[in-house]
Amino acid sequence: MTQIYNDPIGHWVVVVVAMALLLFVVLTATAYTVWFERVALGRIQRRPGPNRVGPFGLMQLAADGIKLAFKESFVPEKTDRVLYVIAPTIGVAAAFLAWTVIPIGLWYNVQYWIADVNVGILLIFAVSSLNVYAIVLGGYASNNKYSLLGGLRSAAQLISYEMALGLSLVPTFMIVGSLRLRDIVEYTVTWGPYHGPIPLILLTPIGFIIYLISATAETNRTPFDLPEAEQELIGGFLTEYSGLKFTMFYLAEYLNVITVSTLAVLLFFGGWYLWFVPPVIAFFVKVVIMIFVYIWLRGTFPRLRYDMLMRLGWKVMLPLAMANVIVTATILVATQG
Amino acid sequence: MTDEEGKERKPKQPNVAQDVGALLTGLKTTLGETFRSPVTLQYPEDKSVRSERYRGRHYLRRYDNGLERCIGCELCAAACPVGCILVIAAENTDENRVSPGERYAKTYEINMLRCIFCGYCEDACPVQAIVLGPEYELSDTSREKFIYTKEKLLEPLPPDVQARLDSKK
Repeated sequence: MTQIYNDPIGHWVVVVVAMALLLFVVLTATAYTVWFERVALGRIQRRPGPNRVGPFGLMQLAADGIKLAFKESFVPEKTDRVLYVIAPTIGVAAAFLAWTVIPIGLWYNVQYWIADVNVGILLIFAVSSLNVYAIVLGGYASNNKYSLLGGLRSAAQLISYEMALGLSLVPTFMIVGSLRLRDIVEYTVTWGPYHGPIPLILLTPIGFIIYLISATAETNRTPFDLPEAEQELIGGFLTEYSGLKFTMFYLAEYLNVITVSTLAVLLFFGGWYLWFVPPVIAFFVKVVIMIFVYIWLRGTFPRLRYDMLMRLGWKVMLPLAMANVIVTATILVATQG
Repeated sequence: MTDEEGKERKPKQPNVAQDVGALLTGLKTTLGETFRSPVTLQYPEDKSVRSERYRGRHYLRRYDNGLERCIGCELCAAACPVGCILVIAAENTDENRVSPGERYAKTYEINMLRCIFCGYCEDACPVQAIVLGPEYELSDTSREKFIYTKEKLLEPLPPDVQARLDSKK
């Protein structure tokens, strides 16, 4: 393996194959996340959800995909055509980019990743911020007041919650002392007779709560789906999008849900470690549970009013995250010197 | 800020514990619902139980000897609030006896697009010739097909409706 990596051409072959595999896995996962969400939301509302196409409605996504792909690719008049087309592309590209550094646990010492970057989490933050561009540009280029309002809301919302999101993870980095996702998962402690990896939520519970809320806001999901806000803004930045471009936004949204769920598992729930459970299964189960938590939140809470959103972001989340950093730092200095 | 009595209204103090508790109650409620069985009826396969007095599409009845009950009196057309029934009566003769009375309905048409399924026609009929049956899936592909003619209305009644009418006698 190392020999292939050292050979310049072999290195690229490995990377490209890895990318193709990951693309396939992540796209499939996205499709089934949509299915899972529809079924889970249905069950919350005591409906069965999609159950017509294929066993348990599992082929529903194929049917939806075919429908969306064959829809007329409609561009409204007087739009900024270039930006109109680029916007959903940025969304999808940003959503996929995050997966370059996310390690997928296969076995105790075997993980799957495309790049093992020592500032992995920073890269994820950087590319997930690009999502704002997709929404703002999409809203602006549509030449539609609802789209524009959705885009503006999204800009304000994402900037507000990005700070809290970033700060919520700082205690984790301080405890682990690394930004590499693999190191965070493999952080081991020696507590009396126990020596091994632990879910970091035990050390930073407040960080997890802030992360959960901020990540929901970052992915524009209910109760923070103000950029879309069907009832007030028709569909926000999505209003003028249809067919494949709409699909790309939709794909990006669900990809982001998987990304933040996976990150939560990696950062707070010990990644692929779970007692004696095989790592692949543990990792998968944990991610599915996290995705369910996001769906659960969506099925429970109504959308926040805009001023409430801003108040929560700046007056609750950000101070709480800062206090969390300071308290953790104090404890770390006190215990480790 | 003042309320109706003119007293100073204090701004509501936020109670974080109570608010978070309310959020958690909401989460508990939705999670609880998740484990209850869905109430959805898988419609085309399963159908809800209809009342035995359900008012669906109309039927014209016959006597046991095969004669039509309808005597062409047009009371149903008169009772109809939307005027969807058209009856054109003709005299019965000995050679051509369609119903036991003096006259019979030569033409009997119901415009199902207009019908509001109120059942007044059934109430108005002096010989219980017209009844509303249980069928409600009446969709079709053209407007013309919704004009139910006498032939269509004279189709035999579903057995359960026939049994109900027989028991009422």
